[in-house]
Amino acid sequence: MTIQFNDESFRGEYTFTNSDHAIKRFPFPFHEDSYMYAVNMEQHQGGPEGSIYEKRFDVDEHYVSEMYDRKLVLTEDPLRCQSLPHMVMAGWDLLELIMVSKAEDYPDLFELHRDGANWRWVNKPLSIDQSFVFLDETTLPYGPMEYITRQTQGDFCILDQRNDNLWMDAGMVTTQADWSLDFDIGMNFFEWHAPVPKAHEMGIFIRALKFLLSIQQGTPARRLNWTMTVNPLLDTSPENYHKWGVQKRTLTPENIGQKQYLRVELQTFFRLPRSNALVFPIRCYLINLEDLVSVPKWARRLHRVIRDLPIELATYKGFIDNRPMILDYLAPFDDGQPTSDGVWPD
Amino acid sequence: MIGSTKINVIVSQIKVLNDLVTCFEFKRTNGGLLPTFSGGAHTIVEMQDGSVLRLNPYSIMSDPFDQARYTISVRRDDQGRGGSLFMHTKVKVGDEMVISYPVNLFSLDLRARKHLFIAGGIGITPFLAQIKQLERSNGYWELHYSTRRPSLGTFVDELLKKYPHKVSPYYDECDQRIELTSLLSGQPLGTHIYICGPKGMIDWVRQEATDFGWPDEAIHFEEFLAPLPGKPFQAKLEISDKVINVGELQSLLEAVELAGVEAPYLCRGGACGQCETSVIEYDGKFIHRDHWLTDDEKTSGLKIMPCVSRFEGKKLVLDR
Repeated sequence: MTIQFNDESFRGEYTFTNSDHAIKRFPFPFHEDSYMYAVNMEQHQGGPEGSIYEKRFDVDEHYVSEMYDRKLVLTEDPLRCQSLPHMVMAGWDLLELIMVSKAEDYPDLFELHRDGANWRWVNKPLSIDQSFVFLDETTLPYGPMEYITRQTQGDFCILDQRNDNLWMDAGMVTTQADWSLDFDIGMNFFEWHAPVPKAHEMGIFIRALKFLLSIQQGTPARRLNWTMTVNPLLDTSPENYHKWGVQKRTLTPENIGQKQYLRVELQTFFRLPRSNALVFPIRCYLINLEDLVSVPKWARRLHRVIRDLPIELATYKGFIDNRPMILDYLAPFDDGQPTSDGVWPD
Repeated sequence: MIGSTKINVIVSQIKVLNDLVTCFEFKRTNGGLLPTFSGGAHTIVEMQDGSVLRLNPYSIMSDPFDQARYTISVRRDDQGRGGSLFMHTKVKVGDEMVISYPVNLFSLDLRARKHLFIAGGIGITPFLAQIKQLERSNGYWELHYSTRRPSLGTFVDELLKKYPHKVSPYYDECDQRIELTSLLSGQPLGTHIYICGPKGMIDWVRQEATDFGWPDEAIHFEEFLAPLPGKPFQAKLEISDKVINVGELQSLLEAVELAGVEAPYLCRGGACGQCETSVIEYDGKFIHRDHWLTDDEKTSGLKIMPCVSRFEGKKLVLDR
């Protein structure tokens, strides 16, 4: 297989690491030295070779371990995966989209053989070889959405589209930045975004919704979002805040380089053809400050972004108390030199 | 986002259904599979009629699970701008054409316990695909289909044969009318109603349903307008710094596109709101025909939907 999969953990001993290759392809989210909300959508039609944008569903060295972590979360809390009764067709849509995409994009890792409704799916990294009947739920060990998202990195929200709005009516959410599917299930676009500061006043959500409603088959879109996480935790859910919230207090000037992570979400949007729903995959990438500052441009820029971020945003993103320590760590890497445009390393 | 992704197809079959309606079947030029879609979706058909390029939306009426072909029906409109006449008189089997990926602005609400379809005339086409979709999942539906006379009720025989207990035809010339009052009052809770047909029918059913206390979310309708011909006019495109002339048989949107200026669209029928354009300056009067802008917006002189609306006057400057 072309990808060497890490054996690592996102809890307990936190053995998660990024290889040099993973650092080089990390989706650094800041295209300039400051940050403010923007709809910042672009077409999701590939990207530079080797980048996380190249394939429809990026598979990387963390794949196998991330899927194991998802299994642990689901065993403890099955409500991380929910689908309202009318969303079954959308689940099949998602299964088809992912299987077709992965088999085409990673033929050495995944195979899909179709003979009418009789399908056979081979997932080599996870040692799965499953024959099933498309649209017959009884032939799979789980519902179609759960089945395929137990084998795909990132969280998945399936949004039903009706009454000129989007409704969070199904999802698999185990690697989230402090929001809960169990709380948001059945909500519409404005309801589930209600806690976000500033963006409502800026009219961001009205514009974003208008854009999303018009995403069509054949023209998927993407954007990045970001936050900060202490320790390489995938599961920073409200349900488990009592476990991970306290870890924010464990940062010291000595360990911050290893323990403070920049968490970047690649958010993509695909229209699902058979159900007319919209799927919203949210893929989480983690990099600690020590690895991040190995790219001088990123170090300079992250320092400036964190320094100048409005208080409301730093509070919402959950690192207001640790901001001074983060800045102390980053400041020596910012020599005041100008940075080049765009996100890529110089 | 500019329109939607294109597909190269060949016309694989043409079937004259009656005096007014002809059915066209498309297959991929390269022989590959077409995208699946959901019942109610339309495709935009590009018609190169001499030097004029027209893009008209048509509901896809074939089985959404059939990836080998799409079929559409085109009703001849002798007073129109010529799109339907082009399809009826110029298009031949074997011709290469370009259509868009399917776009659905008239989707089933999959939460519905029952789907009640009300069709008038050519408005039957989206329901044909939706019925095929629902039949696969054992969905609960009922169709009331009204046309002028039996010879124009093209799909009635086929539907009655397949679903004798689910389909009720009505013919205007036989003085048959949908008994809306009893129909609406007899529906089980959780029924959604879908209307596609002439404007008068849509307004009538919506009004009756609303008066009966049906929630707005349970009333769905689709009416695509065809752009109407009109007097030629001129417009200035401020951002692109171009002056365009809109011909008698051309829509403002088509003229903008012909000038090489990218303009977003989805339905090209005044319904979806994608092509909404700000007016910077004008001296004259607007002929608004869309369903998108509110009455206040229409009288404000600040917005126009270039897919179906026109202008008469001395000066029009657009933010495009």
